[in-house]
Formats: sequence, C-alpha cells, structure tokens
Amino acid sequence: MNISQMLVLIIGIILIGFIVWWFFGKHKEATGSGTIVNDEQTATIVVNGGYSPSTVVLKKGIPAQVNFDMRDSTACLSHVVFEQLGVNKDLTKQKITTVNIPTDKPGTYNFACGMDMFHGKVIVK
Amino acid sequence: MKLSNIKRFWISFILSIPMLIQMFAMPFHWMMPGYNWIALITTTIIMAISALPYWKSAIAAFKKHSANMNTLVATGTAVAYFYSIFAMITNRPVYFESAAFVTVFVLLGDAMEEKMHDNASNALGKLMGLQAKDAEVQRDGKFVKIPLDQVQVGDIIRVKPGEKIPVDGEILEGVTTLDESMVTGESMPVVKKVGDTVVGSTINSNGTITFKATKVGSDTMLAQIVDLVKKAQTSHAPIQNLTDKISNIFVPAVMIIAILTFIIWYSFLGATAVKAMLFAVSVIVIACPCALGLATPTALMVGTARSAKMGVLIKNGEVLQEVSDLNTVVFDKTGTITVGKPEVTDIVGDEKQVLTIAASLEESSEHPLATAIIKKAEAEKLAIEKVDDFEAIEGKGVKANYHDQTAFVGSNRLLADVNISPEMNTKATKLQEEAKTVVYVGLNGEIIGLIAIQDVPKPSSKEAISELKKRGLKTVMLTGDNEKVAQAIANEVGIDQVIAGVLPNEKAEHIQELQQHGDKVAFVGDGINDAPALSTADVGIAMGSGTDIAIDSGGIVLVQNDLRGVVRALDISRKTFNRIKLNLFWALIYNTIGIPIAAGLFASLGFTLSPELAGLAMAFSSVSVVGSSLMLNKTKIAGDTAKA
Repeated sequence: MNISQMLVLIIGIILIGFIVWWFFGKHKEATGSGTIVNDEQTATIVVNGGYSPSTVVLKKGIPAQVNFDMRDSTACLSHVVFEQLGVNKDLTKQKITTVNIPTDKPGTYNFACGMDMFHGKVIVK
Repeated sequence: MKLSNIKRFWISFILSIPMLIQMFAMPFHWMMPGYNWIALITTTIIMAISALPYWKSAIAAFKKHSANMNTLVATGTAVAYFYSIFAMITNRPVYFESAAFVTVFVLLGDAMEEKMHDNASNALGKLMGLQAKDAEVQRDGKFVKIPLDQVQVGDIIRVKPGEKIPVDGEILEGVTTLDESMVTGESMPVVKKVGDTVVGSTINSNGTITFKATKVGSDTMLAQIVDLVKKAQTSHAPIQNLTDKISNIFVPAVMIIAILTFIIWYSFLGATAVKAMLFAVSVIVIACPCALGLATPTALMVGTARSAKMGVLIKNGEVLQEVSDLNTVVFDKTGTITVGKPEVTDIVGDEKQVLTIAASLEESSEHPLATAIIKKAEAEKLAIEKVDDFEAIEGKGVKANYHDQTAFVGSNRLLADVNISPEMNTKATKLQEEAKTVVYVGLNGEIIGLIAIQDVPKPSSKEAISELKKRGLKTVMLTGDNEKVAQAIANEVGIDQVIAGVLPNEKAEHIQELQQHGDKVAFVGDGINDAPALSTADVGIAMGSGTDIAIDSGGIVLVQNDLRGVVRALDISRKTFNRIKLNLFWALIYNTIGIPIAAGLFASLGFTLSPELAGLAMAFSSVSVVGSSLMLNKTKIAGDTAKA
C-alpha cells in the first residue's frame, strides 16, 4: 500500500465517521416560539432543505398562526401537511403561507412535507 | 429563475436529446462530431436550470443534519458534472449525460407529484361547488339577496322552490319537500314543516319556506364533510411506511457505500483513482430512490383516478391493502340490495276500482306505502278522485266518503271491523308468504281488493352477487326485516347467508361475530345508521350519491347506487394494490441488485456498470415503475363500460 492509498483510506474512514456522526448522531433541534402582538401570536418557519425551526411552541388560548416562508424550490418541500388538522397547503403559490392553529386546548400538531420525508411539530401548551 | 417543475423538465429533456442520440448510437461506434462541447453546454444549462435547486436544498438539508432524495440527486449530478469537466480538460471520457439524465428523470417524478396534488385539490373544489352562492335574507323587513359568507346565525332566510338551502337552520314558516340526497343519501324527498331542521346545500323542491339560520360557515354539515375529505386526503397510506423507513437511513448509507467502494478499489485493489471514482459515482447514481418514491404514489394516482371515473371513490391506500385480504361481503338489504322504494307488485280484485279508491284515499298521506300506491295509480294513468269526510282510523288506515259510499284502506287490523271473503283471505296469506306487504281496500263494510307492495331487488343486484361469488367471496345479507321477506329476497338474488331480524344498532355486532370466525369482512351499506357497521368492517363500502362523503366510516364510496360498483371497487382496489407491490418489488430489486453491480462486485466476471449505464438503469427503473402504474389504465375491470 503506497502513501496515497493510505491517505485515501484514512480520509475515507474519517468521511464515513463524519457522515455517521452528522446524520445519525443526536443533534439538538432548534425550537421556536410565537411572538404575541395584540393578543394574537404568530410564528415563522423557514422552509429551506427542511423546516427551521422544526418545532414551534405556542401559548394556549391565544389565536395563533404559523407562517411558512418558502425558500426551497424543489418538489420535496412544496407542500406542508398537518395530518390532524386536515391541512394540505401548496407553499409554492405564494412566498408566505399561513396556517391557523387551534389553541383552545394543549396538544401537539405534527406536520410533514407532501412526501412525509421532513417532519416538524407545533406544540400548544 | 422561477420555473415550474414541468417546464424545467421539458427544457431539460429537449436539451438532453443530443446526448440521448449519442447514447443509442454508441453501440454502433458512431460519435457525434463535437459531442463533448455539445454535452458540456447543454448539461451546464440543465444543471443551472434544473439541478441547482436540488443542490441548494441538499446543502440546506445537510446543514440541518438531514439527507434526502435531493442529497443523492445533488451528489450524483454534481460529481458526474464536475468530474466530466475535469475529464474534458484532461482528455478523458466525459459523463455529462449521467448528470443530465438523472436530473431529467428526477424532475419528471417531481412534476408528476405536482400534478397529483392538483388533481386532489380539484376533487375538493367540486364538493364546495355543491354550496349555494347566495341567500335571500331578511334585512329591515325585506328579503334581500346577499353573498353566502355574509349570512349569520339567527338570520331569517327565505328559499323558493328549486333553490338550494344556503345554510343549516330551522323552519319558521311553510311546508315543502327537500331533496337531501347529497347529505343523507336518501333519494326520496323528505317533507319538512315548521320546526324541522334543514341542511345547507340540499335542494328545495316544491314549497317556499323561511327558516332561521342555526349554523353557518365552517359549522355547516357540508363544511364538515369537506373537512372530512380533506383529512382523508392528507392521511397516510401504510404501505409507504416501508419506503419512509428506508428513506431515513437510505441516503447516508448509500454515501457510505460509495466511499467504501472508492477506498476498496483504490487502496486495496490498486485500481486507478478514476476507475475507483467511476464505481463510486455509479453507486450514487443507481441508488437514487426515485423509483422507490414513485412506486406507491403513481399507482395510487392512476388507480384512484380510474376508479373515480367508474364512480368508485377510494379513500386511501390503507383500504387497498385491506381489500386484498377479503373473503366475505356483507350487505345491508334495504336500499343496498333492494331499490329502497316499495313498489306495488300485485293487485287482487277489480284492479282499476281497487287502485282508484286506494289512491284517492291515500293521496294526502305521507306513508311510504301510500307513495307506492299513488305512483302505481299515476303509472296506470288513473284519475285520482276527490273524497270527503276523510278520517284516519287510528293505527289501522284511513276511511272517507267515496261516491256516497264509505271506502277504507289499511292494514289487516281493519279486518276486525269488516267482512272478508275466504277466497280473498287465502290470497292475502299467499301474498304474505311471498314476503309482500298486503294493503286491504274496502267499500261498504266489505273487502273488495288487495294491493301487495314489495321493495324489489335492484335489477343489477343478482348479477353483482354472482360476480362476487365467482371471485370466491361469501355473500351475507343483514336486515331488520322478518325472516320470510329476507329469505325470499336472498333466494332471488343468490345470497349465501341471511341474518334477519337485526336491529339497526346490532349490525356492527354481527359483523364482529363474523370477524371473530376469522373472516375478513367488507360491509356494503348506505345511510347514516350504517356508520357503525361500516367502520367495524375491515372495508366499509358506502353506497349512494351524496352520502359518500358524509360517511366517514366508509373506506370506499360508490357514487352510483348500484351493487355492480362493489365488484368494480374490489377489482380496482386489488389490481391497484398488486401493482403497488409489484412496483415496490421492482424498485427494491433495482437498488439491491444495482448497487452491488455498480460498486463493481462482479467486476472479476467482467460485469460492471459505468455511470451512464447506471444512469440509464436508474432512469429505466423510474420509467418502468411509472409505466407499470400507467398499465393500470389498461387492465380489465368488471363492467367498466366508461372507457377513458
């Protein structure tokens, strides 16, 4: 085994280690919360290669809206689906898409992209 | 640049045509003049227009520690593209077509996905179209037309004959009949008087009514139905769980395999860096899980669209899965196997006289049997005569003065007061044994005739049931009627087993009983009171126009009130589900066999996949899956006359 072969082996192993750590390791997910203005709370989720933040916490009892800010132009993320709310919205029709979240009782509403590959949740408490 | 996926696809596809020609010309050792430059320019445009969004999305996803189909698409196309530029500079063979074709086929998948979503939202739009557009509302003592969304709870609304009821409410004034079929599935118009509730989007047929709005906007029944359909649409097909699970680990796993491929070839087997990289790129390219991602949605799209054209609405993928295991079909009797509208079958005595008297007396009655008699009289073109001194005999029938004689019509309870000849009595008994309801018609204290009324089976029921039996399914009839009536009908249409005398709330229990014997049961019924049975059964099939959506428990909804729809529904569900399985099998085979080959596992046998062949294989797997789904349009379905 010559030097370049050794080098490739080492770099390759490091790369694999990095992929495992990067994709399978536990990483803290960003959590956002709504901002309350005039007794209405809004939260914004940026859609670009995923949802950021992917978890939004809302206060119970205050009418709430979650805005999806679409910055991704692939079909993967073109729709957002709230299975429990029966909401399936096309995010590509306008830049910001608003989803009303019922806040009358505490609970968790999961959402996902149209192909169910990306996930996020809205927590009301 | 803001382009739709379908536009991107067409631009990219047209740009990739020269490379396609070259690829097919390759085996004949023909080289397009200046191919490398053509490929460089067209591929660069394709990358800029079509692949760049994937690269951007993949980078954004990478930053968030996630990988997806975009990651593979991005890695595969980027490596193939940038390597090809490097290869062109250093005078090595180029692989632009791999980058271009991968992009084109991924876009095709995305464009189809988009179209599918558009179709789904169209169906919902049609539902909302059932609603009235405006309402005549009382404002300052006058009725004025206002848009529907301005109607508020408590508003007084007037509806004229032929108009739609705008919102849900309670009648304050007037009597009318309403066609509520779109909500209840009951095709017979319903009489509504003061104090009765009315439902928005039903059709007012003959009277003018005013009513007070009790539910508006998203609270109305129609809005609830629409909400329900929306939820059904966003629900998740369980068969996709497999692909979802795979997709979570699939992409990083493929990247690791690609790196391992490179290391093994380069560091252990002493291959050149270029050769090792070609193997690694092949792995990434062939592993694109497009076919896997397309397998379920395309088959579902084609299958459900085809079935919708035949009047069969399949709610979700879960139902398809259940249908493939069925062995028993249970039917509700009234309105499902039978027409649900009683009809006059026999008249004993002087036919004309008996029918005229009965029709004249029953004219103002709302009883379903009375409706049957009047319909018969109308069909025979008999004039309904005016009667006076009309009087109801409590629980027995009605009597009135007919041509200065006392005429009466009613049930056998009337017999306590009047005379009946032994001959007439025998005939009545015979009719009852044929499971027909007998109405007695009398004049001057003597029975002069009998009218037999029966709820007859639909003409198509017999054929549908024999078709189901041909498919090896056991047929069962569930009814609240007495054993005699039920058995007579069952014999007529060829039902295997009868469960009679069942109270409406017991239907679900009887289905459970069948399930406990290990049967996989489909229940076919209509109307709201069948809801528990529909949801208890493994597959609930709801019949009848309109009720469709109201019944959230029905997994399959038949638009036409025809049992042949059941045969069609089962056929198309099975075929679609089988197609999904076949597609998934192919898609998985492509990846499980394709990856080792691409990695050069069989290189010693001289069996390898260059990146462009891997690209072709990947593309072919997507195309074969889509093609296989489209074949669903051509498969034979029983009784499909409405060919697309």
